[in-house]
Amino acid sequence: MSSYITRRILQLIPVLIGMSIIVFSIIHAIPGDPATVILGDQATPEAVAELREEMGLNEPLVKQYFSYVSGILTGDLGTSLKTSKSIQEEITPYLMATIELMMMSMIIAIIIGVNAGIIAAWKRASWFDYTAMLVALIGVSIPVFWFGLMEQWIFAEKLGLLPSTGRMNAREPVEALSGLLLVDTILQGNWSGFWDVLKHLILPSIALGTIPMAIIARITRSSMLEVLELDYIRTARAKGLSGFWVLYKHALKNAFAPILTIIGMLVGLLLGGAVLTETIFGWPGVGRYIYDAIGSRDYPVIQSGILIIATIFVFVNLIVDLLYSLLDPRINYR
Amino acid sequence: MKPLLSVQNLKTHFFTDNGVVPSVDGVSFTVNVGETLGIVGESGSGKSVTALSIMQLLPSRKGKIVDGKILFQDVDLSKLSDKKMRRIRGNEIAMIFQEPMTSLNPGYTIGNQIGEALRLHMKMNRNEAEQRSIDLLKEVGISRAEKIVRDYPHRLSGGMRQRVMIAMALACNPKLIIADEPTTALDVTIQAQILELIQKMKKDSSTSMIMITHDLGVVSEVCERVVVMYAGRVVEEASVRTVLESPSHPYTKGLIRSIPRLEQDVEWLESIPGNVPIPSEMPTGCKFASRCEIATDQCMEEEPELYEVGPGHISRCFLAREVKNAITAT
Ligand SMILES: Nc1ncnc2c1ncn2[C@@H]1O[C@H](COP(=O)(O)OP(=O)(O)OP(=O)(O)O)[C@@H](O)[C@H]1O
Ligand code: SF4
Ligand SMILES: [Mg+2]
Repeated sequence: MSSYITRRILQLIPVLIGMSIIVFSIIHAIPGDPATVILGDQATPEAVAELREEMGLNEPLVKQYFSYVSGILTGDLGTSLKTSKSIQEEITPYLMATIELMMMSMIIAIIIGVNAGIIAAWKRASWFDYTAMLVALIGVSIPVFWFGLMEQWIFAEKLGLLPSTGRMNAREPVEALSGLLLVDTILQGNWSGFWDVLKHLILPSIALGTIPMAIIARITRSSMLEVLELDYIRTARAKGLSGFWVLYKHALKNAFAPILTIIGMLVGLLLGGAVLTETIFGWPGVGRYIYDAIGSRDYPVIQSGILIIATIFVFVNLIVDLLYSLLDPRINYR
Repeated sequence: MKPLLSVQNLKTHFFTDNGVVPSVDGVSFTVNVGETLGIVGESGSGKSVTALSIMQLLPSRKGKIVDGKILFQDVDLSKLSDKKMRRIRGNEIAMIFQEPMTSLNPGYTIGNQIGEALRLHMKMNRNEAEQRSIDLLKEVGISRAEKIVRDYPHRLSGGMRQRVMIAMALACNPKLIIADEPTTALDVTIQAQILELIQKMKKDSSTSMIMITHDLGVVSEVCERVVVMYAGRVVEEASVRTVLESPSHPYTKGLIRSIPRLEQDVEWLESIPGNVPIPSEMPTGCKFASRCEIATDQCMEEEPELYEVGPGHISRCFLAREVKNAITAT
């Protein structure tokens, strides 16, 4: 098993190298001289020369690549052209805001989606099944921005129940320990802060989580339907187990592999959706950070942002792969 | 003595897209305490559906008990709530299935799956359940039981898995075990071992048993009484000896002729020509008429009732007495 983990991690190396090459090339894929493009047409030749020097553009390409990679490996993502600050310091709070939003969305999507799928499969062809699958069908086809705006209009504007933008009320700053505000407020025993953060999270995470929730519900239902036909389910029922144990112990474990695969893929979808959601809900996340960087042609920031997002995606899928082994003892990992 | 189980006029129908299939159509039989009853019949005669009806494990929505009673210790199982039925399943009535390869959950250890019933019905904790699982595995002849309890099913052979299924069925000392073709899916040598094990279990406990099979040879080894089923009906019932020595239904005779015999060095087995009629083409008369060598005009028009042809011997054939008294073909 541990050798499988090692091998699986070693397999990531070519993926990560490929990724770094692509991200590195972004800056060279720009037509014309990167420094000129970044500074704009009005820039003086001196300024352009200075920037070329600063960015190391005069070095041979291979050398540039290696110094870029060695920078990444030592945790140095370079400096922002716009603010001249270290990118990794600047990006961390944005990144954590995005991760918190995505985790919340995913938790909601998994808990509701999986359970709705299980019950729909168990009560197949019942009114619950039909309603749940209809809602799921609507769920996948709703445009995120429209759904987000509707949420804001109903729950913030009309009912005044929940805040429509931001991560928390600015009056109560939270000391960043993990960067995840829900966790930090708990660690500091700041319950009013926790409640405040939670309220800010609800609308954007529902907006972001609805499509994954619908997809998860549908895949869970079909996977469960397949498993529920199998002989060992009948064996479990013949033992006198209740529906709950048959479903959640015997069926779910074997039905979960395809659900897990989908969850891994949905993380990618969520990263894309996050940019949109962050814009609508004024969420200070990495999507917004990159979006702003694109506006100001801050290429090092764009590169780093894409690199981080891609890395998250790769590692989430590694975790998914490793979880398979916990589900199916038959897989031979030698 | 009161029977442990009394199935009375059981009718289980399947509601499919192509109409209603009367898989079990008015079946009655009893099982006494400590007795092993054989149910034989070809594929599709309704044996498994009868078993699943008793267990109340019919595929929901598709299969339904439409009439009849299933009295187990005087309680009608067909009227029981799901909650009460769950207390009987695995506890008072246990079942062994035909397919050992797929009847165990690949995701949990052997010990977990045997222990489940113990923890549920006997309120054992994890350790007690594991200890008892090891004992049960030893009882069914599995060596290195301490190691096997922690193994997953895919590491076991078919014969071993069927032993595990038997251990699972025995776990809560049920009053009745229903074995649905427990040896059909196994190699011949393994079949013999499993049958031997079942006989040993019978000797060691007072458990009653229903042995479902299409092989009268199996019945002759383990059962006292036998019910012969054809097209969802009982066509003959008697003690095993009576049935084997003087069968009184042409179908039973055919089954006897197809028992594999070791001393006869035959390449092929004689089987009854023809097939069980499909539900939509069920004849009005005797359901066996299309395959019966001695069918008369009456057989085509009327369906015979079950009637007594000797003490404790009933048959559903107009010519039962003639068949019974004829010198058996074998
Ligand atoms: N799930 C089902 N849906 C529809 N019809 C069914 C279903 N299960 C059984 N039947 C019907 O019931 C009839 C009897 O099936 P059953 O499984 O009881 O036969 P059997 O005697 O156990 O045969 P075998 O020796 O093949 O196990 C079948 O011919 C089939 O038409
Ligand atoms: S009733 Fe007639 S057709 Fe049916 S088994 Fe007897 S003889 Fe054959
Ligand atoms: Mg069967």
